[in-house]
Amino acid sequence: MAIVYKKPSTLTDAPLSYCPGCTHGIIQKLVAESIEELGIEGRTVGVSPVGCSVTAYDFYTCDMVQAPHGRAPAVATGLRRALPDNIIFTYQGDGDLAAIGTAETVHAATRGENITIIFVNNAIYGMTGGQMAPTTLPGQVTQTTPYGRDPKIAGYPVRVCEMLSSLTGVEYLERVTVNNIPNLRKAKKAIKKAFQNQIDGRGFSLVEVVSTCPTNWGMTPVEALSWLEEKMLPYYPLGVYKDRSAQKEGE
Amino acid sequence: MRHDVPGQRDYRYKGVSKVQERVLMKGNEALAEAAIRAGCRHYFGYPITPQTEVAAYMAKRMPKIGGTFLQAESEIAAINMVLGAASAGVRAMTSSSSPGISLKCEGISYIVGSDLPCLIVDVMRGGPGLGGIQPSQADYWQVTRALGHGDAHVLVYAPSTVQEMVDLVVKAYETAERYRLPAVLLADGMLGQMMEPVTFPEEGAHAPIEKPWAVTGHQNARKHNIINSLFLKPDELEERVKSRFLRYEQIKKSEQLAEETMTEDADIIVVAYGASARIAMNAVKAARADGVKAGLIRPVTLWPFPTDVLQKSAKQAKQFLCVEMSMGQMVDDVRLTLEGSRPVHFYGRTGGIIPTPAEVLAEINKLAKD
Repeated sequence: MAIVYKKPSTLTDAPLSYCPGCTHGIIQKLVAESIEELGIEGRTVGVSPVGCSVTAYDFYTCDMVQAPHGRAPAVATGLRRALPDNIIFTYQGDGDLAAIGTAETVHAATRGENITIIFVNNAIYGMTGGQMAPTTLPGQVTQTTPYGRDPKIAGYPVRVCEMLSSLTGVEYLERVTVNNIPNLRKAKKAIKKAFQNQIDGRGFSLVEVVSTCPTNWGMTPVEALSWLEEKMLPYYPLGVYKDRSAQKEGE
Repeated sequence: MRHDVPGQRDYRYKGVSKVQERVLMKGNEALAEAAIRAGCRHYFGYPITPQTEVAAYMAKRMPKIGGTFLQAESEIAAINMVLGAASAGVRAMTSSSSPGISLKCEGISYIVGSDLPCLIVDVMRGGPGLGGIQPSQADYWQVTRALGHGDAHVLVYAPSTVQEMVDLVVKAYETAERYRLPAVLLADGMLGQMMEPVTFPEEGAHAPIEKPWAVTGHQNARKHNIINSLFLKPDELEERVKSRFLRYEQIKKSEQLAEETMTEDADIIVVAYGASARIAMNAVKAARADGVKAGLIRPVTLWPFPTDVLQKSAKQAKQFLCVEMSMGQMVDDVRLTLEGSRPVHFYGRTGGIIPTPAEVLAEINKLAKD
């Protein structure tokens, strides 16, 4: 009998800590598959900062470092400089990457650090129980925006790929999602490319994955996917925001 | 100055001329060179007076020896870069001054929680807040009590000469690696900025130890290593903290350092560290010349605090005088150590003012008359 589906060898047997229906599990598997297919597990060091993704150090079979909230790009920079031949990636949520860690994100990007960042944007703080994230949509109800996010009080959501695309040091930015099989395939391609860029020494690559949080959105997993399509994707359009290699080839 | 000690390797300062083993250097630059001699090739910093020469020196030297100098976007980023590099097992370092050290506290707590060795330099200035830029010793509480949240300690070394800044950098790395915790070199603006002749250790004489726990990529040859400070199960976290405290006990037993001067027959013992100790030494000598039996204990490690030397001296001495460039912080540790067995007095100046030997002598004489 032919094996048509298997768990990547780059994931441990530890039970996942994510809620049922959350797309973290899918994204994490795409990362694990990319590491496996590129044959880089033995020289990869991952960084998991505070948030739902923090326990990722238990899930990957490569070496892992747990980082303080928002500081993963700085920790990854330290690893990058100490281990020039290794593959360094971070797996970060929206609060981590676009609120408390904005400075670390922007400066790792502008330095053109040769690292890979997987950025999971689900428009909410998951681990602390559903508070407003920097990417929470206008009008979106959270524990700390109980009447909906009012831009007059809480400002507007941050579009990370658009913001970083102006930086000269950045190699590659793409926003993807995993709401259906075609999009999942595109997401896998983008994640793998972000790792391949690093292997090729091309520099800072970030893939933003628009994700769901059924628990804190107060929806079923299916409702959450519909909400993602109807509300999130119009505000966070999918696509490539920067690809220096394509630009060069196109020129 | 000695110029031709046999067996010493030549030291070429700034590549200009062939300078012998003893060179005149600023404290900040000397400690930076000492870190390089100790094998540090990864420096991450952020400018702040009065320690910016450390960064400037590293910026000049590191590219020439294949090392990393990186000016981070903040002190927070710098300490987290140290966390990353230390996770990989290399000798990493950052330096800052008081307000910058406050920002590093978060990262230091994580470094302690992850059992990582590294070197952190604090060249103290006056506070609180933006305070001033003149020398101070007002970070004693912060550095010895709470350099970050949680049940945590770091090694704290307090040099009082430029030469000692060099020697303690090497000592700090070695001890930090042996016990797997960060070490702080606690200097002040005066030591950082002053110039004195120094001799450096030979490069490679103090190589880093093997670190089987480091994340270097497992190369499919071992189980994956995890550098982590998160333990969601209370019993697991308690066990981690307790095992760390067993190491702290060992450190308290084996790593206390202090210098005693004229304490054997002293009635009055002055306790002072760093720059204050140099001033106190002058005052103690002047007191002796006046026939007052004064002595000096200079703690070199502030954590572990040199309790053994103090307790021993209390058998002889009648009273103690703590001299600091603060409103009185180390005096707490002196009192805790002596447990009320002897009166402990305090004299200090703060805000960037350095006490004069005459002021300290006046305090000694006041106590001698009582």
